[in-house]
Amino acid sequence: MQQRPGDVMTMLEGILLTIVTAATPLLFAAIGELVAERSGVLNLGVEGMMAVGAVCGFAAASTTGQPILGVLAAIIAGMLAASLFGIVALFFVANQNATGVALTLFGLGLSGLIGDSFVGTPGIPIPKVNIPVLSDLPVVGRLIFGEDPFVYLAVALALATWWFLFKTRGGLIIRAVGDNAHSAHALGFSVLKTRFLAVLFGGACAGLGGAYLSLVYTPQWTQAMTAGRGWIALALVVFASWLPGRLVVGAVLFGAVSILQLHAQAIGIGIPSQFLSMLPYIVTVVALVVISRNRALLSVNTPACLGRPFVADS
Amino acid sequence: MEPKIAGRRTRPESGALIQAIGITKLFGSFKANDSVDLTIRPGEIHALLGENGAGKSTLVKILYGSLQPSEGEIRWKGQPVRIASPSAARKLGIGMVFQHFSLFDALTVTENIALALSDRSNRTALAKEIEKVSLEYGLPLNPASRIVDLSVGERQRVEIVRCLLQNPELLIMDEPTSVLTPQEADDLFQTLDRLTARGCAVLYISHRLEEVKQICHHATILRLGKVVAECDPQQETASQLASLMVGADVHVLSSDTPPPTSAKTRLSVRNLSLPEPHPFAVALHDISLDLKAGEIVGIAGIAGNGQGEFFDALSGERTTDRPDTVTIDGKAAGKLGVTARRRLGAAFVPEERIGHGAVPRLRLSDNVLLTRHATGDQLLRVGVIDFGGMKTLADRIGRSFDVRKSAVDPEAGSLSGGNLQKFIVGREIDRQPSVLVVSQPTWGVDAGAAAVIRQVLIDLARSGSAVLIISQDLDEIFEIADRVAVISRGHLSEPVPARSLTREQIGLMMAGLGEGKPVAKKETAHAHRA
Repeated sequence: MQQRPGDVMTMLEGILLTIVTAATPLLFAAIGELVAERSGVLNLGVEGMMAVGAVCGFAAASTTGQPILGVLAAIIAGMLAASLFGIVALFFVANQNATGVALTLFGLGLSGLIGDSFVGTPGIPIPKVNIPVLSDLPVVGRLIFGEDPFVYLAVALALATWWFLFKTRGGLIIRAVGDNAHSAHALGFSVLKTRFLAVLFGGACAGLGGAYLSLVYTPQWTQAMTAGRGWIALALVVFASWLPGRLVVGAVLFGAVSILQLHAQAIGIGIPSQFLSMLPYIVTVVALVVISRNRALLSVNTPACLGRPFVADS
Repeated sequence: MEPKIAGRRTRPESGALIQAIGITKLFGSFKANDSVDLTIRPGEIHALLGENGAGKSTLVKILYGSLQPSEGEIRWKGQPVRIASPSAARKLGIGMVFQHFSLFDALTVTENIALALSDRSNRTALAKEIEKVSLEYGLPLNPASRIVDLSVGERQRVEIVRCLLQNPELLIMDEPTSVLTPQEADDLFQTLDRLTARGCAVLYISHRLEEVKQICHHATILRLGKVVAECDPQQETASQLASLMVGADVHVLSSDTPPPTSAKTRLSVRNLSLPEPHPFAVALHDISLDLKAGEIVGIAGIAGNGQGEFFDALSGERTTDRPDTVTIDGKAAGKLGVTARRRLGAAFVPEERIGHGAVPRLRLSDNVLLTRHATGDQLLRVGVIDFGGMKTLADRIGRSFDVRKSAVDPEAGSLSGGNLQKFIVGREIDRQPSVLVVSQPTWGVDAGAAAVIRQVLIDLARSGSAVLIISQDLDEIFEIADRVAVISRGHLSEPVPARSLTREQIGLMMAGLGEGKPVAKKETAHAHRA
């Protein structure tokens, strides 16, 4: 079969576009978790918060017919789930790991319950950005100027998070609380309030990531549609060594692996499809091992109080 | 160290900057402060002296606003004030440098300081300001360094600069030199002089009496929550100051029995060389030393010249390839680990009390087991712990060494530094070891406890053991050691009788210039890293 150059270009463009859409929900969830972890809280409930966000977003959008209401509902749902975690793990000082895992299980179960009646309901399409001329450029046109609005939002959010964490007083306080909660308390900052707000932000971002899955990526609701993306987002934060800029690179990398393995399956490479499906998770493990070898970088950026509960003394 | 700043210091003749009048602080029925009066004048360095538990910290916390007095009044420049919080204190012009720093390791110097100063929003401008102030006061600092990369002395500079940027009129310093090398301490004293020259007052808390005599204009002495004396520390001798603090005359150490001249060798080190274990450490070069039964040998030296590495090699935390490098009571121990060396009759007291000498979250009785499990006390029977035996031992140590504790068997971390040190030294001496190696026996310990510890070390030696003391406190070494050797860049000098030495000679040896010792690498000693 003969392929014209135009077909190759179209295929390449298609692959790149799907990589971007696969990376976006990871980026959303990871940004939120990065901020929470910078404040010293390890919230393993990302997967659960994404699932709740996905189902609430889809339910609100398909009931009202307004995608924007769906997005808002997802954000609020993510924050509600996060506040549950925050209250239990911060104010009642429960073990953060156990609470986070419980939140994931709870979120997956609850989303199944809420979403039961929406299974099979068609989604509402969200228009992509279309800038005349620019969007029609070959290859890069649609890639850079013709994505859905969420893609731009995710990148802007990563940039804004970097700016906030490293250039503003609020970000400095978050990093201080994550580095040495007791010193921060002694200086008069409210450790628990700072951490709670960071966890809420994490919930909002995870909810947004979930909404992206059910409103744009699929777009429909199916049980457990988050498919482990919350866990990959958690790994992504470590991979990025808690730096927002690296998070964008990492999200694209993981997006690429998960898309390319689909294409590899479609082409019919002689590797069992199950192995290819494992690829994103294998890459996660390998990436974590590689990144952990760079002790110097990690020691500077790893929040020293990560996962440690804070109780004010005296 | 010899005073660098010579000449008499006279207390400035000015009105009071801050006055505490009749301050009483009750914790339950316990009076931590009992109608304390304190007057600090602008431009003076005012020493606050007292043993651990005398009420110094309580008084300071009241002045800095983190505690409220039960009774009494504070006047700032003559006006009665209520200092409701540390931030209120800072607004008045009171700054404080804590003994344990409240810094953020992962953040830069500028970021650390920005956190404390809410009115500086521009960090580039703040960095410039930090550079300017740090130069002005002789506190060199790079604003872009991360705290984790700084030495303890540099970290203290960050705290001081943080205070100075708020233009304090009173700077409170809690045991500032307890973490510094002698050189760093001298630098600090010069900084304090510059501060006082500009009219800033310093409240200086310390129990290093020599240092108080050297730099302070005036001293207030607390005992059991009460002011027992006010004096000019330069007019008093260190032992007069010490007896004011402790109440009775400080026990004069007795070592009447001269050390035996021809006793058997208890500990022998032969040509011990070890490479540095990590980049910030010091390599040991060809160290030889003999300790006889009945004597105390002191190892002097500036921090970070191989003391820790030498201790580890003696205790067996690091072993050597050859068995004959370390011989304990005639048995080659160079390749043996800590427990095996203890079984030969040796005992070790490391420098860091918490984490190395004791586990803070374990009870005292559990801590006893950690060094005594294999030394013939029968605390373990077929691997089963004899809890009763452990408690009996812990009690005995507590009684014999006057360890003051809040409960029958408290967690080690709840004891004050001096009491924990008495316990850790006592735990080893209680065994009657034939060889005792002890590092910084009285580091951060008040005068009363230090005297107790030094006396038991002398008594142990005179009863026939060999005692090796590694200390940065020259006064301590002169007080109790029979022979002195100096460690410098991993080389150990020949030990000489303590009575034949002057402080100047030792000082030269510490700098690595005397005795024709090989001068290795750079002139400066490696800074002590935390």
